[in-house]
Amino acid sequence: MTLLSLDNLTVRRGASAVVDGVGLKVAPGEFVGLIGPNGAGKTTLLRAALGFIPHEGASNLAALSPAARARAVAFLPQGRDIAWPVSVADLVALGRAPWGAADPGHPAVAGALSRMGLDGFHDRIATELSGGEQTRVLIARLLAQETPLILADEPGAGLDPEAQIRAMQVFADLAASGRAVVASIHDLGLAARHCTRLVMLERGRLAADGPPREVLTDALLARVFGIRAFHAETADGPVFQPVAVIR
Amino acid sequence: MRLLASLASLVVLLFAASLMIGPAGLGFGESLAALFRGEGGPVALVMQQIRLPRAILGLLAGAALGLSGAAMQGFLRNPLAEPGLIGVSSSAALGAVIALQTGLAAAFALALPLAALAGAAGACLLILLMAGPRGGALALILAGIAISALAGAATSLVLNLSPNPFAAAEIVYWMMGSLADRSMTHVWLAAPFILAGGAALFTLGRGLDALTLGEDAAESLGMNLRRMRLVLIFGTAAGVGASVAVAGAIGFVGLVVPHLLRPLTGARPSRLLPAAALGGAAVLLAADIATRLIAPERDLKLGVLTAIIGAPFFLHLIWRMRRVEA
Repeated sequence: MTLLSLDNLTVRRGASAVVDGVGLKVAPGEFVGLIGPNGAGKTTLLRAALGFIPHEGASNLAALSPAARARAVAFLPQGRDIAWPVSVADLVALGRAPWGAADPGHPAVAGALSRMGLDGFHDRIATELSGGEQTRVLIARLLAQETPLILADEPGAGLDPEAQIRAMQVFADLAASGRAVVASIHDLGLAARHCTRLVMLERGRLAADGPPREVLTDALLARVFGIRAFHAETADGPVFQPVAVIR
Repeated sequence: MRLLASLASLVVLLFAASLMIGPAGLGFGESLAALFRGEGGPVALVMQQIRLPRAILGLLAGAALGLSGAAMQGFLRNPLAEPGLIGVSSSAALGAVIALQTGLAAAFALALPLAALAGAAGACLLILLMAGPRGGALALILAGIAISALAGAATSLVLNLSPNPFAAAEIVYWMMGSLADRSMTHVWLAAPFILAGGAALFTLGRGLDALTLGEDAAESLGMNLRRMRLVLIFGTAAGVGASVAVAGAIGFVGLVVPHLLRPLTGARPSRLLPAAALGGAAVLLAADIATRLIAPERDLKLGVLTAIIGAPFFLHLIWRMRRVEA
């Protein structure tokens, strides 16, 4: 069974391909980190996979009706939009909309808030929170949707270290419980530690796909990112730290 | 729920007050009885032919403006959006102005509202063409601004070329907006459009809630943004077009009312829709009563009053918002 299946997915902007012939299958249990330098096509890949933008090739999600898709996959966009000063509970409850009413009293809402360390934020006004807290609330909305697959565009951006680790841990736990997560991630250290699999994009093409230690090789890091990194196995698991620019 | 109940009672009270207050100076019981009396007589005539249509139109037009304003702000995720933004008001006004200028309005009573509705329909088609199938909120706003500018220029052109100063004065007065001297025919003409437009806009609640999270997130929650945009354009054009057709251009109600009620609805767009419809009706009924009380003999125009109260009020809201954000 696959939750995400992309076949030769291509997105063109003018003459150039922003995403170029990407094939990807994600099964339950996987936490896939989507990595690549700025402009590699991570966001475009996620949006095309959801069917939001015109594309060539096939995506199983884009083929679904909007209502069916909302029950198959939850998506955290890169833009952290909260347009109105609604309460945190009301905002997180929007994740329940695909399943019927957006009921802030649904147990999934409290569960998601608690998973993101937001107990007690229930009645706070979402727009009055700090940027990082808003991101955590938006991730809680993602969790409250309770879909088999989660796509998240830079979920860790703007979070403090605790919240970053917490978010990665939540995604890893979801994957371990038989769901799947695909998240674009810039922090390669977090990606190396928490993801079960990394997919590296280079100018719209798939550069590498596999377990973190097979993807974060010196050669690929030099070619795709232009960096050199320190890498060690410790008692706390793999430690990965980019250390220098090499071009 | 309590908010809706209080707003509804306020609307009922103002509706009754609108029926009771007027230059004829009728007694309370007398006028109420006349409203339901079958036969003619001057009191029944005043109540049934003058005050009742005026009150109903105030209710309908106010509700249409408040509701469209709330829907427009929700869809564009911008508290500064107002129902006239997509060019419907100015195009409906242009249709009415052409009817006045050509003398059609004088020749045939319904020519003016019908021409205004045609203007609104024209704007609706044009905006669908420009921003309908594709394009986000920005395309909608820019197309609306262009259409408003075009209709405004055409209205100025009609005034400019008007050979007759009386026609020009009539046009200017009409554009100020008023509910005076309307008949039940106006009600029957406007009501179907306002009710259909309102019913359409009420279906948007869930989608507007989801749009709080942005367009991509709303789409991922299963909302069909393309369908929503079409419903918004149709609903606003029908409701606002019809209210401009029978009441002229009445500003600020669609902008200020949703703004005012938003904090009382937990800022949720779906809960704001019914509240803004009731609130718009209450504000317009109250403003219309005020035009009769402040200067009964001078024919103070409704649109002038809403703008003269609405604009400073809006400034005050912005002042408060600025203090909170600072």
